[in-house]
Amino acid sequence: MAEKTQVLRIKRQDSPNSTPYYEEFEIPYLAHHNVISMLMEIRRNPVTRQGKRVAPVVFDANCLEEVCGSCTMVINGRVRQACSQLADALNGPATIEPMTKFPVVRDLWVDRSKMFDYLKKAHSWIPIDGTYDLGPGPRIAPDAQQFAYLFSRCMTCGCCLEACPQVNSHSKFMGAAVIGQVYLMSQHPTGQMNHEERLKAMMSEGGVADCGNAQNCVEVCPKDIPLTTAIGAVGRQTSIKWLRDLFMK
Amino acid sequence: MPGNHIIVGGGLAGLTATMKLAEQGEHIDLFSIVPVKRSHSVCAQGGINGAVNTKGEGDSPMIHFDDTIYGGDFLAHQPPVKAMCEAAPAIIYLFDRMGVMFNRTPEGLLDFRRFGGTKHHRTAFAGATTGQQLLYALDEQVRRYEAAGLVRKFEGWEMLSLVQDESGDCRGIVAVDTRSLEIRAFPADTTLIATGGPGLVFGRSTQSLVNTGSAASACYQAGATYANGEFIQVHPTAVPGEDKNRLISESIRGEGGRVWTYRDGKPWYFLEEMYPAYGNLVPRDIATRAIHKVVFEMKLGIDGNPLVYLDVSHLDPEELNRKVAGVLEIYEKFAGQDPRKVPMKIFPAMHYSMGGLWVDYHQQSNVPGLFAAGECEFQYHGANRLGANSLLSCMHGGNVAEPAMINYAKSKKSAVSSTIFDQEVKRQQESFDKIYRMNGSQNAFALWRELGEIMTENVTVVRHNDKLKATDDKLLEFKDRWGQIGLNDKGKWANQEVLFVRQLWNMLELARPITIGALNRNESRGAHYKPEFPERDDDKFMKTTMASWSSDGPRFSWEPVDVSVIKPRPRRYDVDKSATESKAA
Repeated sequence: MAEKTQVLRIKRQDSPNSTPYYEEFEIPYLAHHNVISMLMEIRRNPVTRQGKRVAPVVFDANCLEEVCGSCTMVINGRVRQACSQLADALNGPATIEPMTKFPVVRDLWVDRSKMFDYLKKAHSWIPIDGTYDLGPGPRIAPDAQQFAYLFSRCMTCGCCLEACPQVNSHSKFMGAAVIGQVYLMSQHPTGQMNHEERLKAMMSEGGVADCGNAQNCVEVCPKDIPLTTAIGAVGRQTSIKWLRDLFMK
Repeated sequence: MPGNHIIVGGGLAGLTATMKLAEQGEHIDLFSIVPVKRSHSVCAQGGINGAVNTKGEGDSPMIHFDDTIYGGDFLAHQPPVKAMCEAAPAIIYLFDRMGVMFNRTPEGLLDFRRFGGTKHHRTAFAGATTGQQLLYALDEQVRRYEAAGLVRKFEGWEMLSLVQDESGDCRGIVAVDTRSLEIRAFPADTTLIATGGPGLVFGRSTQSLVNTGSAASACYQAGATYANGEFIQVHPTAVPGEDKNRLISESIRGEGGRVWTYRDGKPWYFLEEMYPAYGNLVPRDIATRAIHKVVFEMKLGIDGNPLVYLDVSHLDPEELNRKVAGVLEIYEKFAGQDPRKVPMKIFPAMHYSMGGLWVDYHQQSNVPGLFAAGECEFQYHGANRLGANSLLSCMHGGNVAEPAMINYAKSKKSAVSSTIFDQEVKRQQESFDKIYRMNGSQNAFALWRELGEIMTENVTVVRHNDKLKATDDKLLEFKDRWGQIGLNDKGKWANQEVLFVRQLWNMLELARPITIGALNRNESRGAHYKPEFPERDDDKFMKTTMASWSSDGPRFSWEPVDVSVIKPRPRRYDVDKSATESKAA
């Protein structure tokens, strides 16, 4: 009886500007394998299904517990973290590709630095007076904390950008993740004090108005963050600000 | 004039120091292999300790201090631990002000949970992703300073080595861009290493893939002392995996989770029976050894496998979701079962290194100008770390380093010629060129797996001198075989194999002080357990192991432990701690 195996068809690209190509690998089956542990198996024996020795597949991964966001890839056409994609759930040969909305560094590793730039642009922080001891922060009701916590788990993984039709080479749309963070900052009593600043960023190019309401973001978010709630709320807040700015001038 | 500082590592310790230095107007170059927001600190689940005493339990920083020293089996220097416990409430409040969504009481105050090795509710938590939440808050503050031009981030860069002048002082670092593989020198007045633990030396651990210990090892090879390397914490509850072992947080037991296995066909809650005073919340080394005993000596693992149950199925699922959903989701996703309904199957896994780079009370190593903070240094946890003290020690270490680094920068000596930087870049370039020429028969990743297997088997829970000696012999063999590696990837762009081959050498170098340190220590203390020497031996071994690198292997010396505040007493968890206090008095 032939040993059970898992076939992976991997999209490879040697450098940012080179032409991508596919290679197939066949890995001995193991219970509890996931896509990362299979990529590690390939590193130990980087030979394709056709018997060709190749460079090991380059990939981005770190925590392997789905909290760091690193290993986000497109697996059988769906964007997700590779570490939590169990082999048992693949049901047959699987295609592993890098995300398409970010520049490829090499193979499955992409450059998501623009997402961190968006956070900078949106002033996504609480501007505290200083790090010296000023005692406790503001009181927050448990319900309010539970609600805000949903948004604070965003890993900047990029799934929501990958799935969004509005994020493309012709548009500057920053995507749902940063809008979720702007909304999160407004949930904190101190963050609320300078919410206007962040709304300004949300009203600029690539801001919340570019959302096309496809709602794919909320479908693919690995942390089930209610991103459409954030988009709706921030959208309303920017409209109010726009009107107020108009009349207060 | 503001000083120039290098921070290596963008986890909790590195970002804290960056934020504090930037607040003082200093310039910082921050290096991280991964974008700092993806650092290993995100994996810390349970919480951060601070004796805020809002639960009417009479908790105080002094009790926190005593729990920490006692939990660490009296191996930590006491003054810095005392300072950390005193600083803890203000640290938690600062995170609160920075917007961390900590869980709250009905009155809107911070909520606290119980953790191992204490009787008090002292652990502030944000769901079960506290490390992630704290890291994000610091990431946001540092981004604010980055936008203000005080912080330059070098994400995707890996530190290779220190640059030292003729007197050995640290004058900066050499680092490589992991994409272009460009090797560059970066001068600075001070350098802080905050690169976390050496989990990958043990192959599969609960740590992240960046935790190779490579940067700390490079410092050790450059003359920095590595202290107490033999103290490795094995966390009792993890889910074994092919790629890593996934932590199931101590908070699960803090919220009422119970550990058991079948004996004579009935559930046996062995921790509760063996340690009635603390039950499931004994410290990690105690719980880990109990599980080992039950599985290997008594042969009572689940279906004969090295596994026991960790059970929350008797607890209210809604309460669980509010407090520990993040942990339960990990089990659900990676083991495919709902722990609210079925008991989890777990086994101990390498989790944390109490040892690390030796530092003084100002976080400075024995190499002038080189500082360290976080898990990569040795200072705060003695022979065993208590749960939820690691996030605290990261933050505190970063806080303590800041004024010391500024003072050092102010007193800096004359500028150095650029030759020392050019020479070090050249040296590193040559070592890369050498790796590119490797065409032997060994696979670097397979060799790493062998390293992990033998280290896990012989240098974790139970240690025997003959096996430790055999392990060190094996390490020497691995170093030989390292020279016979054949490179599969000769590419000059984003070549992860070349970088890994280098990291693997540094892992092998670091594995030696860990292994020989354990061999030298003929006693049992905290996480270090030798059946041949089952008792703690304060006369001979209440001292810090200090390893210095030499080309013939590590050289050892010992430093006495500062026990000036709390008199050492026997450490027991079958009875209440107060019983041991009266005994010692």
